[in-house]
Amino acid sequence: MNKLFNQPLSIINIGLPRFAESVQAQGVPTLHLDWSPPLVPHYSHTRNGTSIDAANQEAIERLLAGRPMIVGLGLARDVIPNLTNHTILHAGPPIEWEHMCGPTRGAILGALVYEGLAPDPEAAATMVDELHFAPCHHHHAVGPMAGVISPSMPVWIIENATYGNRAYCTLNEGLGKVLRYGAYGEEVYQRLHWMADILYPILAEAVAFSGPIDLRSMIAQALHMGDECHNRNRAGTSLLLRALGPALARTCTNTEYLAQVLEFIDGNDHFFLNLAMPAAKATLEPAEGIEGSTIITIMARNGTDFGIQVSGAAGQWFTAPAAQVDGLYLPGYNEDDANPDIGDSTITETAGYGAFAMAGAPAIASFVGGTAQDAIATTLEMYTICFAEHQHLTIPALEFRGTPLGLDVRLIMETGILPKLNTGIAHKHPGIGMVGAGVLRAPYQSFADAFEAITTW
Amino acid sequence: MAIRFVLKPSQYFDSVSLMNIAAELQRLAGIEDAALVMGTTANKTLLEAVAPLTPAVQDAKSTDLIVLLVGDEATLPDALVTVDRLLTEKPTATFNTGQSQPRTLRTAQRMSPHANLVMISVAGEYAVAEAWAALHQGLNVFLFSDNVALDDERHLKTYAIERNLLLMGPGAGTAIINGVGLGFANQVPHGTVGIVSAAGTGLQEVSSILAQHGVGISQAIGVGGRDLSETIGGLMTFHAINALQADPQTQFIVAISKLPASHIAQQVMDRLAASGKPSVVIFMSAERPVPPDGIYLAETLEEAACFAASLATGRDIKPSAGTLSVQYRFSPSQRYLRGLFSGGTLCEEAMRLWSQHIGDVWSNGPLLPHLKLPNSHHSHHHCAIDLGEEEFTLGRPHPMIDNTLRIQRLLQESHDPQVAVIQMDVVLGYGAHPNPAAELGPAIAQARTIAQLDNRDLAVIVSITGTPNDPQNYAQQKSLLEASGAVVAGSNAAASRLAVVAISGVHS
Repeated sequence: MNKLFNQPLSIINIGLPRFAESVQAQGVPTLHLDWSPPLVPHYSHTRNGTSIDAANQEAIERLLAGRPMIVGLGLARDVIPNLTNHTILHAGPPIEWEHMCGPTRGAILGALVYEGLAPDPEAAATMVDELHFAPCHHHHAVGPMAGVISPSMPVWIIENATYGNRAYCTLNEGLGKVLRYGAYGEEVYQRLHWMADILYPILAEAVAFSGPIDLRSMIAQALHMGDECHNRNRAGTSLLLRALGPALARTCTNTEYLAQVLEFIDGNDHFFLNLAMPAAKATLEPAEGIEGSTIITIMARNGTDFGIQVSGAAGQWFTAPAAQVDGLYLPGYNEDDANPDIGDSTITETAGYGAFAMAGAPAIASFVGGTAQDAIATTLEMYTICFAEHQHLTIPALEFRGTPLGLDVRLIMETGILPKLNTGIAHKHPGIGMVGAGVLRAPYQSFADAFEAITTW
Repeated sequence: MAIRFVLKPSQYFDSVSLMNIAAELQRLAGIEDAALVMGTTANKTLLEAVAPLTPAVQDAKSTDLIVLLVGDEATLPDALVTVDRLLTEKPTATFNTGQSQPRTLRTAQRMSPHANLVMISVAGEYAVAEAWAALHQGLNVFLFSDNVALDDERHLKTYAIERNLLLMGPGAGTAIINGVGLGFANQVPHGTVGIVSAAGTGLQEVSSILAQHGVGISQAIGVGGRDLSETIGGLMTFHAINALQADPQTQFIVAISKLPASHIAQQVMDRLAASGKPSVVIFMSAERPVPPDGIYLAETLEEAACFAASLATGRDIKPSAGTLSVQYRFSPSQRYLRGLFSGGTLCEEAMRLWSQHIGDVWSNGPLLPHLKLPNSHHSHHHCAIDLGEEEFTLGRPHPMIDNTLRIQRLLQESHDPQVAVIQMDVVLGYGAHPNPAAELGPAIAQARTIAQLDNRDLAVIVSITGTPNDPQNYAQQKSLLEASGAVVAGSNAAASRLAVVAISGVHS
């Protein structure tokens, strides 16, 4: 017996609007598609017969099962695997010194001075041949903007409680003249030293005292409080302070230092970004390497190139030149000062928040066109290119619908809709720092190349 | 007369928008013809029949828009400006809040998790992929699109049946599910008669006549015109009969098909006999199969409806007798009967009824291959034109939606001194033109005037397929048509019989 006869009709219309109008006029709930022809054929199976949908479903289940927790802090050289004393990690896909952009170079030079390996940036510039550069992603780490991690920097340690894998990220320095935006100079070094000497041990002790802190839950709450956990982290930062507050009070005996720590975090609305990012990384890594899966597990930029990795081809980068950001600028700067798109922070979009959760962050709607409706439209558009919806991260303004999760290369290529990314903007020259923030679309070519590869699987 | 092609690379528009624009352009003074199509191979082949393609148009891709204008050289520049204006105007139809319209079926299903039916009317090459996506997601499908390969149809239907889903179509023009009309459908009461139809306007005609006798429909399932062919083997017809057999609301079944494979027609009747529900079949074929007990074999759609109405009401309901009260005074040159149809099934039924009395009937979709018109745009002898065929609908709306082409053809016929009688169908209901008689009526009056100025009488006989509850107001449509001088019949079969009576007056 066909069940249809016993159910109220609910119709999806693809094609002539007239047909949707006429069934709607008969009182039937009707959804009319804004349809256009697929730009590429739909691939349901790989050549050897693996079901791509089934592989993607497996990837989604792993993503949804992920439980990223703050389990501690440590120095990069002690905790990040295979990080030698002459290794410098950077954001994005692999790149040689001669192709690095201004802010990445600036951050590396500043890091060498901070490490005590060179007295000044000029001297540091003569040392680059002795160094080994590698993407953060090759070491289970992520870094915002230039994303530079040098051996003596303190890092958060995030563990995915379900799968046991760990991810790492530095502590956020704040805005303005900061290393991650390519700035160097006394002000930058002093802050980094204070972070290593005062902030790091106090946080490490508090986390050790409090025990693991659940980041998935914190991100879910932050999304309900107006963050998208990429360009806005005010709520997440506040939630972190609430979670750590009692432990900080009980473990930090020096009240002046404690006050400095609280002031620093309070003065830095992006402090939580460096937790939202490794939380995403720790969640995404278990979904890498699923045969036949077209889900994107990494999107990252080094300021010169944009690159992605796809689950079914783990370890393989598909790159394209990094795009310019459509942004709002700090006073005194404009788009002529802007470096192309940079940083690992697009790991947040890859994990289903950031720009994809824009509908939950109307306060920063000015980045995407100005109105709350524009913010909602951004999220709605991203559903089209995602394989699934999040179960744990939801958007109140969309009736608590889950955020778009699991970018599918096939859907991007079929619809021609490119992922939207939120981001900060660095000055294109070394040594200056942040000049603005904005949004952009990920460049087409990396997805086209990945799709090409998928058709040969 | 000048011909102008304009190519607009990488501009995609849905076909209905393009058709609306083409229709608007055709109304411009000095424009003879206009077509806007995406540059698919099929579309280019069809355009080639209108005008030789320029090299740029030959190279156009399916994502490029091709504009063709035929008209006075002087009017073309303005018309091209109009094209650009119409292309950039925002569509007026909005559903939900404009911005939240989903782009893909997967997204739509997430937004509408209780959806159970997908209507698909995009071009055939894309429709198959969308139909597969819908079936894979457990959704029933109403597939309006045609140009679907037979193999695809068979695979889709086989899979749908395994999942206990309906796949109506391809080329399904109409269905009534749970009282809701899909595609082109009439407003009929809910009742006890279930219909399975491989002929779209056939379903509309039977359900409308049933409604006129106060008999309602439980479910009416369109299965696509090729379902009873050798290749498809009646897959969806049998599935639909099973569904109707299991449906407690359905007490009687009507099965409709054009030209079924004869052994499949026999199987359908046997299957209906086994259903235990009294059934009526109408197969528009030359052969007359022998029905098993409990199965009534009808000759016409009207007769099928009357058999079913008799079963449902227990009364003896007969097809309308049809007498022609008008006396036409034809001149000696007037010899021929012409049919200008919007419904393919109605065209075929008329040809079958005519040919029993007047012999050969030419057509663009003839009963016998040797009677195919060499040029569908020029009538000769007795002939019937199905204006819903693709050769006429390229870049234009279907004649049930837009009367322009049929009016042009009607006026063309009225100038032909050999024409005596013209039969037309007017199909009402959801999806159809909101007020067809307001346009066809004046055109019929004009056609009769043209003939009269040439000292000819012209018989125009019109059938209306519709019900009193259709959105167009049946009574008003009828009186508008009668006021124009047309004879209006309540069924296509009745109109066809009247047309035969009228043309017989010529020969006597």
